[in-house]
Amino acid sequence: MSSEISTVAAPVVEVAGLTREFGPRQAVAGVTFSLAPGECLALFGPNGAGKTTLLRVLAGLLRPTSGTARISGIALPGGPLARSRVGLISHHTMLYEALSARENVSFSARLYGLRDASARVEDSLRRMSMLERADASVRSLSRGMQQRVSIARAMVHSPQLVLADEPYSGLDESGARALTSLLQELRSVGTAIIVVTHNLGEGLSLATHAAVMQRGKFVRYDASRNIDANSYAATYREAVAAGG
Amino acid sequence: MADILFGAWLIARKDLSIEFRTRSAFLSALVFALLGLVIFYYAWDPTAVAATDLAPGVLWVIFTFSGLLGLHRSFGVETADHAIDGLLASPISREAIFLGKAIANLIFVGAVEAIAIPALALFYNLPLGDVAALLAAIAILAAIGLVAVGTLFSAMAVNTRLAELLLPMLALPFFVPIVIAASQATSKLLSGRPVVEAGAWLKLLLAFDIVFVAACTLAYPFTVED
Repeated sequence: MSSEISTVAAPVVEVAGLTREFGPRQAVAGVTFSLAPGECLALFGPNGAGKTTLLRVLAGLLRPTSGTARISGIALPGGPLARSRVGLISHHTMLYEALSARENVSFSARLYGLRDASARVEDSLRRMSMLERADASVRSLSRGMQQRVSIARAMVHSPQLVLADEPYSGLDESGARALTSLLQELRSVGTAIIVVTHNLGEGLSLATHAAVMQRGKFVRYDASRNIDANSYAATYREAVAAGG
Repeated sequence: MADILFGAWLIARKDLSIEFRTRSAFLSALVFALLGLVIFYYAWDPTAVAATDLAPGVLWVIFTFSGLLGLHRSFGVETADHAIDGLLASPISREAIFLGKAIANLIFVGAVEAIAIPALALFYNLPLGDVAALLAAIAILAAIGLVAVGTLFSAMAVNTRLAELLLPMLALPFFVPIVIAASQATSKLLSGRPVVEAGAWLKLLLAFDIVFVAACTLAYPFTVED
């Protein structure tokens, strides 16, 4: 089942019949949804359901096989302009361990061509409570701290769309709180967010929309005002039991 | 074009910062080059082969294989914790990523050459004074071609299980024309032949560079598209 929502504001992300195949296997199979500024889609599903592939297509790392996806009206794969509007957080930190936390975030800021890079880097590190360890090499940081730096790196250019693939992975309670607070703050300033998580509580607390993905398809898709957390948990458990 | 060059410089600077801190690839390549010189020196019978006949071959065999050590690491630093995804998801163009990697590799290979060539002159008692500038030109031109090809194949091989074996197998056949031209030009110079004879090989090296740099820059985006 796929669903479509209508929004008043111009959508930040519009996906229609999106399919991504790897050989004979459809990792994403005809997914349709859209998100307006400030909306958040929580995406649940078993391992191998296609959640990460969907995010990688939206991040410009994979080409769609068929269907369309637009970021702020730019059809994917949309080149540098579309990619400049997206921030990607993954369970992989995407950091260089020989560089310091500040150098990693600063490198990212310069890749995005930020004029006030230094101030943005400091602000981004401060938001993730990493200023005190900013000059430590990433290699010397704990897994949770590396994840905080990775989040700071992804947010430094104030993206219009945040793609967060299991962003709570490795974070302690304080880090998780900081991330939730940051995502809520981003929503309040109009950033759209897609968050992939296995934690229903975390996902539903942030989301304006939620979906359960299985074998590449949305088997359930709702706006949060309609979500019954208990029935969602049941759908999620069924999907996990059935496998990706 | 300015965006591509700026992006390339950012990536080259980042790669050089990492290499400057770890020094793992540079030291490995340098030790390999110097050990190679020592081994060839002790296997050499100066009464049978003149130094000027042997040195060009030794030099370019050593550069080819020591360069491969650094080229393998070029994209290796991007695979740790999927840093390459951060680069590919950024607005920087794929061509800038390739050129940035190639520039860093060129500086890396150039630094190894800058130490190994005087060492070669020392071991084989070669008078480089008169031909130093031309030898430097040969080294730079050959390094550009080797680095362009090696960087492309490093990107292709890095995600395979046998990357360390695959890179030389893919790259070495393409290195052959560059190494032949470089060693011929070096040989003409060291044996005191007229400069114009080396010049013909230099022009060939330049032609290889133009073809390889253009082809590899255009081909790189296809290696990262799934």
